[in-house]
Amino acid sequence: MDTIVGILLATLGAGTPLVFAALGELVSEKSGVLNLGVEGMMIVGAVCGFAVAAESGSLWLGVITSIVAGAGTALLFGVLTLTFQANQVAAGLALTIFGVGLSAYIGLDYTSVALTGMAQIHIPLLSELPIVGPLLFSLDPLLYLSFVCFAAITYFLYRTKAGLLLRAVGESPESALSLGYSVIAIRYMAVLFGGAMAGLGGAYLALVYTPLWVEAMTAGRGWIALALVVFATWRPARVMIGAYLFGGVTIIQFHVQGFGVDIPSQLLSTLPYLATIVVLVLISRDINTIRLNAPASLGKAYHPSV
Amino acid sequence: MKLRIFYKLGMRAVAGLASIVLSLTAFAADPLKVGFVYVSPIGDAGWTYQHDQGRLEMEKRLGDKVQTKYIESVPEGGESERVIRQFATDGYGLIFTTSFGYMNPTIKVAKQFPNVVFEHATGYKTAKNVGTYVARFYEGRYLAGIVAGKMTKSNVAGYVAAFPIPEVLRGINAFTLGMRSVNPAVTVKVIWVNSWFDPGREREAADVLIAQGADVVTHHTDSTAVVQAAEEAGVWSVGYHSDMSKYGPKSHLTAATHHWGNYYAKVAEDVLAGTWKSSNIWWGIKEGMIKLAPLNPAVPAEVQAYVMEQEMGIKDGAVHPFRGPIKNQDGEEVVAAGAVLSDEELATMEWYVEGVEGKLPK
Repeated sequence: MDTIVGILLATLGAGTPLVFAALGELVSEKSGVLNLGVEGMMIVGAVCGFAVAAESGSLWLGVITSIVAGAGTALLFGVLTLTFQANQVAAGLALTIFGVGLSAYIGLDYTSVALTGMAQIHIPLLSELPIVGPLLFSLDPLLYLSFVCFAAITYFLYRTKAGLLLRAVGESPESALSLGYSVIAIRYMAVLFGGAMAGLGGAYLALVYTPLWVEAMTAGRGWIALALVVFATWRPARVMIGAYLFGGVTIIQFHVQGFGVDIPSQLLSTLPYLATIVVLVLISRDINTIRLNAPASLGKAYHPSV
Repeated sequence: MKLRIFYKLGMRAVAGLASIVLSLTAFAADPLKVGFVYVSPIGDAGWTYQHDQGRLEMEKRLGDKVQTKYIESVPEGGESERVIRQFATDGYGLIFTTSFGYMNPTIKVAKQFPNVVFEHATGYKTAKNVGTYVARFYEGRYLAGIVAGKMTKSNVAGYVAAFPIPEVLRGINAFTLGMRSVNPAVTVKVIWVNSWFDPGREREAADVLIAQGADVVTHHTDSTAVVQAAEEAGVWSVGYHSDMSKYGPKSHLTAATHHWGNYYAKVAEDVLAGTWKSSNIWWGIKEGMIKLAPLNPAVPAEVQAYVMEQEMGIKDGAVHPFRGPIKNQDGEEVVAAGAVLSDEELATMEWYVEGVEGKLPK
């Protein structure tokens, strides 16, 4: 039983950076902006948060810095693609390359710093329950925050007027404009939010999960987050399933190796990717749902004059 | 406007001429220019960090007789060939390429620059002007294994490994043999992360090993995440490449560390003296290329003394990590009693010793 609780706990940890980054990207894409710079925003968030936490000694100040840094990097992307209408794919790729390089530079003095990660919050009484206690009521604060983000984003997108508006901008910017809304302003907000969430994902990695800074420590998680959004057909609940599935299969394949099961480790290493793709494709295989959920104007620059 | 452009051009021409004259006059007492190609950022611990420490030591020892430059984070393959060639065309007389994947590019560039000396780490291809060097990492692993074998209570050790290549397998086997030489009940669980560098994954693998009962973990990957994971979980850890005690003040038992400085200085001296010859160097504890990091104070004095004794034994040849009898996983004797594995057999190792759990991925 302890092993299973352990696996599930580790799954939450492994999935959470993806949850933050993918949910942020989902909001951005729902407004019609495809930002391939997730990896870059994540790692800039990670290094800035780590640097501030190391200097100030406050992990929370670090988390806030990560959010601001992620959003700041996204602002750069916004200026390029929304104000100057540069190609979103090219600008996003450039943002990732830029972010990885910049973070290495910022982090030069911090590679030798060791931080103590964030402590778990044990909710009195509830955390002493068997199984659910350790799993749901004694987690680190950012994990709780990821649950809150998921609920808030789902509610915002599908239950509020502002959410409807954001989706409308992603479907048909012309219609939104004809109703008198500023497409560019709304997209800016979505992009900044996406950056903030990617920064938060970086903070989770550098301040909670592996409290250290090393170059390129996001190791491709931004790209996985991007893929999750597509395979989850732009639905928050499926993004969550995908992220935890990816994290969970990663952990389980390590356990399988540790128990000495006779399957080549190279094959096992591909399992998280395979399982996530297969499951998400299966639950989202209806072509109509894909069409319904994919933002129609995704990735297209918007020219208000035309 | 025009005048200003002419003025600028003129100044540039003067500056250019001056620099040529300067470099000509400097030629007389030219220091040996030594280039280093690194596969990852230097950082504060790890493979490349140790190579850079070696570069600094060489500088310290040879003073103004050498002038060094390094380029870090050079990907293996095509990009590295460009970097190596750039060094050669810029007049570097000695070039160290410090990663296995630089092997073919090094050989290729070396053919075009017969007067430049190349030294490639961990490879097996040499040429008239290309030497190779590698350290007997496994000797350090064996000693670290002895410490781990004495300290474990659960008799399960965890090993986070990158890729199943001979170099990594030698480490796993030597560590296991070291542990079992003092504690035959020990088993070693190995998890392959199939990446040299992904702190998140290394961390996950370490957590899994600890969850499966390992109370001492070590790694053959590039970050310090495994040591940190052990520190948080309250189990022992053994670092690699560098002394990683900073990342696990309580957990870090010791580390098998690499020291290239002595060799780098010697090569530079030989090149300067004109006595350098291509060779295939494999140095270990005896030559000081491998050292054991200071032991955790929690290690009892008699264990410390025993480890020192074994270290001396390796130095004078009385102890060899791969001295028989050694059995493989299936219980077959692969090294007869008293026999020692040859360097050739070590270099091509593709099997687990008895005591390693799980099947070797092929």
